[in-house]
Amino acid sequence: MATVLTRMGDGYSVEMTAEELEDDLVAGSADAAAKAKIPPLAAQDYDYLVEMFRCPSHIWGVERGNEAVVTKDGSTNSVYSAQLSSGVGLPLGREQAFRTFERAFCFDTMEVGHTDYSVKPAKPIVVLEQTHVEAALQSAIIPVFYGFMPNMGLYFSPDGPYPNPSDLLPRGKISEARAATEEAGAKLTDDVIWLTGKMAEVGADGVNYDTTASTGDGEFLATLRAVEWAAEHTDLAIEVGMAAECVLGFHGELTYDGERLAGMWPHQQLKVVEKAGAHVFGPVVNTNTRRSTPWNLARALTFVKAVTAEASIPVHANVGMGVGGVPVCETPPIDAVTRCSAAMVEIGRVDGL
Amino acid sequence: MSISHALASSMGGIRTTGDLVARMQLTRKMRLPEAKRYVADKLGVSTRDLTDSTLMRRLREELDIGVITSVPGAAKGLEAKARIAELLGIRINCVELMKRRVAAPFAEVGR
Repeated sequence: MATVLTRMGDGYSVEMTAEELEDDLVAGSADAAAKAKIPPLAAQDYDYLVEMFRCPSHIWGVERGNEAVVTKDGSTNSVYSAQLSSGVGLPLGREQAFRTFERAFCFDTMEVGHTDYSVKPAKPIVVLEQTHVEAALQSAIIPVFYGFMPNMGLYFSPDGPYPNPSDLLPRGKISEARAATEEAGAKLTDDVIWLTGKMAEVGADGVNYDTTASTGDGEFLATLRAVEWAAEHTDLAIEVGMAAECVLGFHGELTYDGERLAGMWPHQQLKVVEKAGAHVFGPVVNTNTRRSTPWNLARALTFVKAVTAEASIPVHANVGMGVGGVPVCETPPIDAVTRCSAAMVEIGRVDGL
Repeated sequence: MSISHALASSMGGIRTTGDLVARMQLTRKMRLPEAKRYVADKLGVSTRDLTDSTLMRRLREELDIGVITSVPGAAKGLEAKARIAELLGIRINCVELMKRRVAAPFAEVGR
């Protein structure tokens, strides 16, 4: 019996029968549909996915004419940084790396970012960040973003001045944990606004708030408030990339525009991000390493289809390591990455990746 | 992994018209089909032609909006973006900043 060679969510190869493949596709989609109360994939979607996964080719791609725009998080860290950023440690400065992405890798847009890719460490060296953004703007033709993670975790002890909700909640100190989240969130909003303004000063094309809501609803609210400010006071394009498919409720009672943020799924996250004034929304669906890539991809596509069906702004799905169906592996296999990439465009109907 | 995406799904940046379509998403919040139609109309081509590197290499040089290969005398950097802004009818922040700075009068210094 012919088998299908594909991957597990941890990147290791697996052989499946055609029946197992179809079962996994349906099960992955059903999981997303049940959790978020959204439609599962359609019959023609499964036909495409079956054909794609059964094809023995090393790589897969979109049909000619269906290509989408690429934006990137993590900036040029993947080229010059170390393992901490899945970087390959090339002896390149950020300007050289940026031009490499433009000219050798032919990216549609690119970003400059701090090696320690969060707002808190970037603040003290902002003039260096501005300098490299200016240099990229002078010499490059593609749009130049400045990217960073809000990463509110750095504001809690031991890394920051605010009490850590992760310590307070297990001790039943719920009101204290909520207060810490609200205070840290206010400070985070100030910092994100400040850094965004600095990039607007030097003429950047946009900012990318990456892994938004990594520490839950408090961080999500803080970032949305920063998006509002950026939309009103600058001409920057604002991209909001999420951290997970469901917003964690470390606070639990925070709302935006009357909607509770805790527990929001991607199609609900989209609405508040649009409302805040962002230009691009980047949904995230995390990969389950114990499940196959077909299962993970079908699940991710189901979430993303629900987003693109309702979006009024461009949707650039996150299809990086461990998200968007891609296996969790330091060197994501190309056979899986290209399939997830193309499927997000052809079935997910995304405007970019 | 970045290159995998670039090969599988990307428009191809300045090799074709990916930067132009991206700018319509970023400045006017256009979804992909609308952004492609807009750029195709401005260039006088079909939307499928937008990712044809054979056609676009020549067209970008004719329009002098920046080409992927290094050609002496061809528009690069800010110069290319200034032409892109005019071609697409959009504002590009660094181009606007440059215009303001270039037009600013010199300060009176010890005359």
